[in-house]
Amino acid sequence: MTTQTPTATKSIMSRLPLNWLGVAPFAVFVTLFLFLPTMNIVIGAFQNPAGEFTLANIQGLNTPSIISAYWISIKISLASAILGCLVGFSVAAAVTLGGLPRWIRSPLLTFSGVASNFAGVPLAFAFLATLGPIGLVTVFLRTQIGIDLRSLGFNLLSFWGLTVTYLFFQIPLMILIITPALDGLKREWREAASILGATGFQYWRLVAFPILFPSLLGTLALLFANSFGAVATAIALTGSSLNIVPILLFAQIRGDVLGDPHLGYALAFGMIVVTGIANTIYIWLRARSERWLK
Amino acid sequence: MSEPFLLIQNVRKAYGDVTVVKDFSLEVEQGEFVSFLGPSGCGKTTMLRIVAGFEVPSAGSVIIGGQDVTSLRPNQRNIGMVFQSYALFPNMTVAQNIGFGLKVAGVAKAEAAARVDEMLQLISLPQLGDRYPYQLSGGQQQRVALARAMAGKPQVLLLDEPLSALDAKVRVSLRDEIRAIQKALGITTIFVTHDQEEALSMSDRVVVMHGGMAEQVGTPFEIYNRPSSKFVAGFVGTLNVLEGTVTDPATGAVRIGDDDVVLKQSLNGARAGDTLSLALRPEAIALGKQPGRDASIGGTISEVSFLGSVIRVRVGLGKDAVSLDTFNNPAKPPPKVGEKTEISFSSADLLVLH
Amino acid sequence: MNRFWAWLALAGGIAYFVLPLLGMTEFSLKMRRGVYSFDAYAKVLADPKFQETFTYSVVMALVTILFGVLLVVPTAYWVRLKLPRLRPYIEFITLLPLVIPAIVIVFGYIRLYNTSSWLPLTGSVTGTNALLMFGYATLSLPYMYRAVDTGLRTIDVSTLTEAAQSLGAGWITILARVILPNVLVAVLSGAFVTLAIVLGEFTMAALLNRPAFGPYMQLLGANRAYEPAALAVIAFAITWGCMALIQIVSRFAPKAPVNPH
Repeated sequence: MTTQTPTATKSIMSRLPLNWLGVAPFAVFVTLFLFLPTMNIVIGAFQNPAGEFTLANIQGLNTPSIISAYWISIKISLASAILGCLVGFSVAAAVTLGGLPRWIRSPLLTFSGVASNFAGVPLAFAFLATLGPIGLVTVFLRTQIGIDLRSLGFNLLSFWGLTVTYLFFQIPLMILIITPALDGLKREWREAASILGATGFQYWRLVAFPILFPSLLGTLALLFANSFGAVATAIALTGSSLNIVPILLFAQIRGDVLGDPHLGYALAFGMIVVTGIANTIYIWLRARSERWLK
Repeated sequence: MSEPFLLIQNVRKAYGDVTVVKDFSLEVEQGEFVSFLGPSGCGKTTMLRIVAGFEVPSAGSVIIGGQDVTSLRPNQRNIGMVFQSYALFPNMTVAQNIGFGLKVAGVAKAEAAARVDEMLQLISLPQLGDRYPYQLSGGQQQRVALARAMAGKPQVLLLDEPLSALDAKVRVSLRDEIRAIQKALGITTIFVTHDQEEALSMSDRVVVMHGGMAEQVGTPFEIYNRPSSKFVAGFVGTLNVLEGTVTDPATGAVRIGDDDVVLKQSLNGARAGDTLSLALRPEAIALGKQPGRDASIGGTISEVSFLGSVIRVRVGLGKDAVSLDTFNNPAKPPPKVGEKTEISFSSADLLVLH
Repeated sequence: MNRFWAWLALAGGIAYFVLPLLGMTEFSLKMRRGVYSFDAYAKVLADPKFQETFTYSVVMALVTILFGVLLVVPTAYWVRLKLPRLRPYIEFITLLPLVIPAIVIVFGYIRLYNTSSWLPLTGSVTGTNALLMFGYATLSLPYMYRAVDTGLRTIDVSTLTEAAQSLGAGWITILARVILPNVLVAVLSGAFVTLAIVLGEFTMAALLNRPAFGPYMQLLGANRAYEPAALAVIAFAITWGCMALIQIVSRFAPKAPVNPH
């Protein structure tokens, strides 16, 4: 190890700040419009109106309606994430490994790109027009096949209705993320397993699924976080009537329906915690699977 | 003569209107090491994959140990295969990789573990059982792949260009290891490569392939010294090709440059005035007149490269030129460009190419 | 995998996605009793509120895109050139808007930049518009940064910079004349995603009380029957058009150079 001469050290020192200046605009932007607002919420969740530190806001979350709101949000997010994973995986596997014609792949990925952003009001309308009380499919099933969805207990403006609607952007997101992972399954692994005596089922059980597992679980977490934070679709569909966290927060910001502004902070903080945990899981699992497949 | 262990009969493989393998037949004895040697696209890998069962031949059959396996799936054939990209399962340790075939076959845990240890000893990596593939070097990964292929005591071992992805040094040492292991276990082996040095140094027999067909099958010595076609002669080893005009078909006299050479081989009905392609290995040529060589041709030195222990000389003979090597002699300076000289060789070494 | 099951899975997926779009389109054509017509579309397009909010959102989208390009391109370039070790951290930061829900972010804005704070953006119309624009820029940051970063990866940034510098170019010239033209395709791709996001965005615009397209759609949905469906069809068509344009535009993107090593 050579020791640095004083002049060399000085020149490195003088170079550093100048380089960092280049990212200053970006730093200012994210600080002002991402970090500070978020920190404001996080800190506000632990403050009372006088500005002192308190856990009262978090404790204030412990009311039946708020707990139920979180619980319903979590259930919907889980349901749409798991279903989205299953269906998305099937479609992606069908296209990459199922021997379907090559030209299907590109349009599918493009459509998935569009559909994964197709949320909010237009999506709600689309599903209302299809599965709502006078929707296309509802009427068709009733008049042509004799199945009355209403009497079967299906209501678009409910838990399952929201879940089915959310799938419209969850499934494409799954397809987009899992397709590269499926591409990464080398053909030689399948062949090596086969020549060593494994059946197709054994290959999937012992080789393919273990390799895909981190990606699958991670994407599940991502889908969960995605669903948990969705506001516009829920509002458009249920009109603020369904008791889920984003709608609750929305109403709180708009008109302080909870009677205590700091409770709003706590609600938002709770959302950050849930989505934060889910995304951390996703990032950790993705890093792990990338290390294996180097 | 014993029944050949591996029999490939008239195999043909076509994709649409492209025929990749045309009427390939081969008999391999038990314990033999046979190489498929050829350039890219000659069909050698396709042929290997047909033996493995990954491709179904358009016609013909593959028979192993008396049993027709042509219609069997790869996982029913009891064959071991080593891939160019190692294809180790990244989610399993070395030991789990090696034991995979045993696990799938339902072998008892204790017995499988013993076999895995045995294989680890065989490939000289006894300490690495708990490592993951991404922690190993290329050479180590390929040895593990070899152990995995052989753990289940397969009838036939197939290797698809296993050394191509490795560094030159590793390639050479692994080459010897593979051959030693194969000899010790006595497994019938097919080795696909485009590197003729590998094929020649490792094999009992070599199949030189070209355009989907086997051009020549023989021992390395035969392939190298008695190539049956221009392609084989050119693909295996370096070759000097000369043009000679037949002067007297009766005696086999041919004119090369300004001199006559009497060939001791049949000219196959060539008539006076016909042009023949003649091949000469560099090691068969000596600079200047040498005892024991009965043919000589005059020429002019056109290039001299001093490579240290070897001096590479290029001699122009009229229209043609030949390359030859001579050893460095500290007492004698190397020849000079433009010097008039003679090359001498044994007329039996001059090959007529078809 | 058995080909039959593959086709079945694909067919199921297609059915799930096509039906709602079909339903939406079919419904939007039913305004005139008993016959298919474009009445709903005509009503929507003639509505002055539609024109007002649509124009507002498009203008906001353009301003957001401009701001995004001016912020992201130099930053991504600088990080690649001078601070490569910072890249993973910057990438992580650009993914945060996907983690923190938009509703939380805009809540923070309202709390932080109201009339009694050090930066009273919500006090004026222009200020609130600016705040909304910054919010949009934050929402589209992940997509914009990733698009530009991918584009920069395919060109050899340091060599181009050195070549330009040796010919006497200053930083602004380098960015504007050397870097930007070469990542234009990537930038366009990010721009289209931003447009799609801004047009459809509801939460921030609603809570900041700005006359944007998203809240307008929501309002219409609460009061009218057929017009919202027509609006949804229009919105979907625009998004689809954006994506198709991305595909076409990215065909012209320079591919990564083949590494000779």
